[in-house]
Amino acid sequence: MNNIIILPIIIPFIIGAILLIFAKHHKLQRVISGLTSIALLLFTIYLTVLVYMDGIIVLEAGNWSAPFGIVLVADMFATLMLLLTAIIATACLFFAFKTITPKRERFYFYPFYFFLLVGVNGAFLTGDIFNLFVFFEVLLLASYGLIVHGGTKYQLRESFKYVIINVFSSALFVVAIAWLYSVTGTLNMAHLSERIAELEQTGVINTIAMMLFIVFATKGALFPLYFWLPKSYFGPPAAIAALFGGLLTKVGIYATIRVFTLIFYHDAGFTHKIIITVAAGFTMLLGVLGAVSQFDFKRILSYHIISQVGYMVMGLGIFTPLAVAGAIYYIAHHMIVKTALFLFEGAAKRVTGVSDLKQMGGLLKTHPWLAWLFFISAISLAGIPPFSGFFSKFPIILAGFQEGQYVIAGVALLVGLLTLFSMMKIFGYAFWGKQKHTEEQAKIKIGKLLAPIAPLVALTIILGLAAEPMFQYSLEVAEQIMDPQIYIDSVLKE
Amino acid sequence: MEIVMSIVIGIVFTVSVYLLLSRNLIRVILGTLTISHGVHLLLITMSELQRGAPPILNIGEENFTDPLPQALVLTAIVISFGVTSMLLVLGYRTYKEHKTEDLDQLRGSADE
Amino acid sequence: MRKSPANNMMLQTAMRYITIIVFAFSFYLFFAGHNSPGGGFIGGLMTASAFLILYLAFDKKIMKKVIPFDFTILIGIGLLFGVGTGIASMLFDYPFLTQFFDYFHIPFFGEVELTTALSFDLGVYLVVVGAAMSIILVIAGDDE
Repeated sequence: MNNIIILPIIIPFIIGAILLIFAKHHKLQRVISGLTSIALLLFTIYLTVLVYMDGIIVLEAGNWSAPFGIVLVADMFATLMLLLTAIIATACLFFAFKTITPKRERFYFYPFYFFLLVGVNGAFLTGDIFNLFVFFEVLLLASYGLIVHGGTKYQLRESFKYVIINVFSSALFVVAIAWLYSVTGTLNMAHLSERIAELEQTGVINTIAMMLFIVFATKGALFPLYFWLPKSYFGPPAAIAALFGGLLTKVGIYATIRVFTLIFYHDAGFTHKIIITVAAGFTMLLGVLGAVSQFDFKRILSYHIISQVGYMVMGLGIFTPLAVAGAIYYIAHHMIVKTALFLFEGAAKRVTGVSDLKQMGGLLKTHPWLAWLFFISAISLAGIPPFSGFFSKFPIILAGFQEGQYVIAGVALLVGLLTLFSMMKIFGYAFWGKQKHTEEQAKIKIGKLLAPIAPLVALTIILGLAAEPMFQYSLEVAEQIMDPQIYIDSVLKE
Repeated sequence: MEIVMSIVIGIVFTVSVYLLLSRNLIRVILGTLTISHGVHLLLITMSELQRGAPPILNIGEENFTDPLPQALVLTAIVISFGVTSMLLVLGYRTYKEHKTEDLDQLRGSADE
Repeated sequence: MRKSPANNMMLQTAMRYITIIVFAFSFYLFFAGHNSPGGGFIGGLMTASAFLILYLAFDKKIMKKVIPFDFTILIGIGLLFGVGTGIASMLFDYPFLTQFFDYFHIPFFGEVELTTALSFDLGVYLVVVGAAMSIILVIAGDDE
């Protein structure tokens, strides 16, 4: 039986439920959640290898055969995302042990954390578009709980806007599903792909595709729907902000890539090459301009999420195997590095007490490890070889030039330059210069905080040095998702 | 019947957009509530309004309805129940902390 | 909220009987589910409303003595019930959430159809009671 692929969903689910019962024992909660996240990490590694060796695994939940029941599909793209999720969830959890106060822990921090993972893992695995909506709602409900966690004035105010935006876009998601069901009469993604191939992608279906694009663009913070992101990610503590920055927008991007490679790929000249590429260009450019104009550690990082989401969608927009492989590589790189950077912000704030760059300085002298590890991640983000940022941007931009999309490729190069500029701005203000924190603050030891981040930094170096096999893997993933027939055959078994 | 339903859905959406764009916190929450109602109606209407028996074999009926949209709507209703109750708590806490329900005053300044 | 203890004699006496009826109806709705209207969700909401009128009639302090546990625990137990049903079918090498049913003869009730979906529904029921009550109590208890 293929029950094994349900485990990434039900393990966090069970643990979340158990933690809900023992919400008052915070020692016990830490032990259980720490062990679970490591177990989940090991399991997803196994699953990734298994799917790589044996091909797509499909589970028909409740023994209802596809396309009538709900299917869960673990292909290479989904398992890669599961693996990345487990990595950054483990890192953020161990960072949270050191930074989240017991008072906050008691307000169901760990249950929310694991229910978030349920939603994210479920969204990656599901093969049914309504089920995708359900898992989106699960992860959003958990994220509402986490983003307002602690309940400061700022958090309450901005979370309210975050929730309203997401509720509205979820409503649009159901609208799109209703249209899709009335046109095709099915909701299974493999079956949808088959039916739409028969119907040919005409005006109605393009409208539905664009509706879904708007929904996923809101969740994934694409132009012009990214305005909610910087303010709402500023509020929560570093561990939560890192998890959100690394993970949540990428679920939207995953859904976009899945839907636009599996279902709506017939009219690529219009949907991919025009709409998605233009949205990607503006997202990149405006996101990075926002980052350049900011003077706050966390806000700069938040705006960079937007600009980098643009790269991933640009890979989808160019729509060649090379570009999509680049986008997948970029997602892996981005999730790891972005999480690390957000956690560095938390560590720096532990020392200085502020996140405003103008009030920081001289961290290089007092905390050299923090500074140099940050430096590696920062230049990796900006795309300097030999780190992973360079090798993931390179194929995307190369594919852009090959396909004759010179404008978008030029924009991507410019954005890379500006990214480097704003990263160096953080380094220059916060780490170089005169020491602005007191001598007492300089004595604060942050070795324990750096321990969960160091593996992420190591990973970005490994992803860069082992670019050849990693890129080969993403190319295989890209070839698998660019050929919908493989997915359809394994789900519908014809 | 579908035409009447479409008009009703249009009205519900109009009302909810009006409420969502208003400045009052509680009206915005009511706006999300009405938009989810509109969406549920749309989901039922788009899959044709059918009359017939439940799709169970050996029941002696000829006309069957499609059970899927009803299951979907039920799921969506449960989800919107959860989200709305969560949103009410959040709105209440926001009001308590900020002592205002006017969204203009909840805007926040540009420099923070 | 109240300044002086009001005379709630009528309300309290009536509620003792009304809640029993509401509870009974909620259990009926819960068991009626699966093949006819009813089920865990609506039964759970009905039970929550029964608790709620108890809270209205009596004080929160008195109710705290009557129901000494936290309602969020119910959510956890309910979720475990729901997912446990799915896992049970995995143990017998069927896909997750496969359901089984059979007819049993129980004395007094006669022929009864028992399904594994019932335990899933019980999970939904507990989650709904727990979630509805804890949200209502969070808002209601904020004034003190």
